[in-house]
Amino acid sequence: MNKPRLTVGRVCIYAFLVLSALFFALPTWFAFMASFKTLPDLQSGNLFGLPNGWTIAPWKRAWQEVCTGIQGCTGMMPYFKNSLIVVIPSTLISTLWAGFNGYVISKWKFRGSEFVFFLLLFGLFLPTVMFLFPLSLILHKLGMSSSLLSLVLVHIIYSLPLALYFRNYFSSFPGELIKAARIDGAGLFTIFWRILLPSTKPIFVVVLIMQFTSIWNEFLFALILAPYDQQLVTVGLTNLTGSQIGTPETNVYMAAALMVALPTVLIYVVAGKYFVRGLTAGAVKG
Amino acid sequence: MSPPLSGEVEARPLTDAPNPSAWKHQLEKWLPQIAISPALTLCIIFFYGLAVWVGMISFTDSAGMPSYNWVGFDKYVALWNDDYWWEAVKHLLVFAPLAVGLPLLLGAILAIFLDQKIRFEGGFRTIYLYPLALSSVVTGTIWRWMLAPDTGIEAWLHSIGMQNASFAWLVESDKVLFALAIVAIWQSTGFVMAMFVAGLRGIDDSIFKAAMLDGASLPRVYWRIILPILRPTLFSALLLLLPAALKSAELVIVMTQGGPGQSSTLPAYYMYDRFFTRAQMGLGSASGMIIMMMCISIAVPYVMMELKRSRHE
Repeated sequence: MNKPRLTVGRVCIYAFLVLSALFFALPTWFAFMASFKTLPDLQSGNLFGLPNGWTIAPWKRAWQEVCTGIQGCTGMMPYFKNSLIVVIPSTLISTLWAGFNGYVISKWKFRGSEFVFFLLLFGLFLPTVMFLFPLSLILHKLGMSSSLLSLVLVHIIYSLPLALYFRNYFSSFPGELIKAARIDGAGLFTIFWRILLPSTKPIFVVVLIMQFTSIWNEFLFALILAPYDQQLVTVGLTNLTGSQIGTPETNVYMAAALMVALPTVLIYVVAGKYFVRGLTAGAVKG
Repeated sequence: MSPPLSGEVEARPLTDAPNPSAWKHQLEKWLPQIAISPALTLCIIFFYGLAVWVGMISFTDSAGMPSYNWVGFDKYVALWNDDYWWEAVKHLLVFAPLAVGLPLLLGAILAIFLDQKIRFEGGFRTIYLYPLALSSVVTGTIWRWMLAPDTGIEAWLHSIGMQNASFAWLVESDKVLFALAIVAIWQSTGFVMAMFVAGLRGIDDSIFKAAMLDGASLPRVYWRIILPILRPTLFSALLLLLPAALKSAELVIVMTQGGPGQSSTLPAYYMYDRFFTRAQMGLGSASGMIIMMMCISIAVPYVMMELKRSRHE
């Protein structure tokens, strides 16, 4: 194609792109600015402007002072701790296990392996809302409803369909390498751990990022299954904004919301390429 | 043709054990099945088992707690006669086309525009995509503030002198679905764009050149040649967004709780509401079954596509 010249068409394209960018960027920008404004400043309708006197008090308050209903006036800090306790192990285990399952399905074909794959994949399309009640019954029966471990297990189980991504990725992994390793006496586990894992790190990074993001952001399991006194960030945020008595402290709410968003947005900014690849591989969880 | 192997090598078993005992041989033969079985077992119990359990409950008179009193299709009849359920379905018919159709359209347009050797392309992409990194709860919190009465946009309108202006879509029953749809569009357009950008990258430049040599204009090339090539991309984006719109109750829980009145209930929220706030478990299960059927009818073509892909590889 020729070098682009500035034509009417191109101006229109730029205008459309910029307008769209405003649509996507402005809400967060407003929230960001609001989190540095005083409450009277916000109430007077200062939406577009910079703060009339910057203050970081809302952030401090959101982090450690503000009342979130049931858990008292602790701010968001304890919720972050609980979320990390759930997110880190469930991300690591679910990714590794899904990788392993994808590897078995794609590289150790057996009679019915296609059907196993179908069963794993199809689970993605069942609505999460449906599982919530029976899950809470089961966890209660097992005496696990007072522990965050239950959430870790639930996230690992409902991440099983992720084997899909690995299977699709591994299917282009040279079978000769695996055959050679088998002749050398390596077994199913050794091949996964020593040969496949080291040479397919990108897909693991992609899925790790995707899992961290989706488990950190997850709401329904956290809402219904987390122990009463150990709630996660997403639920903490709804508690905070829902437990308002008197005037809503919008600046504090916005600071809290941005705090909750920060870890995943940071990952997106730092590892955007991997993030997008995880997405376009077909994120269907929910 | 590969060189013929000597008989010696061929005859030797692949395992190095000199005299493998029978059970070890068996174990090795079944190892893949054994290795996949924990995942398979959990999957069968926690996806299909629980779905079957909910299906069973839909035939009982369960209310606040599960009971096993068989009542046949009573709950489905009750669901059929429940105006609230039909309202939720009607809301879905308004919400889903907006929350699925507009992201598809806007995402495709953005991807095609970004494909025109745009300056700051990366920057634009980053901005369109970042909402995907946010939780529905965060998104809901921010948008609720913008759209609620007395705060956000309405407060701003008042501050610039429009004292009587009202911009409170979240509490107006005729606008609340559109407010939810805007938020859904905000959330998922970037996803569609990313899929289309990936699709466009995969198209050979020579196709453009050939078409342009034939004298076709650029929009025509996209409409007649590129979009048909990208039909699978469009198809899979649709198959991913549609179930999401069907299944997701989060936005409604976070933003409106189904209100004002019943004006923003969607089927998934209806189910959640019956289970967790109204103690009408039988009704909730019946609606869950209907939602599941809808999801499955969307899932089948997608799964077929995936399985077909595996056969080609």
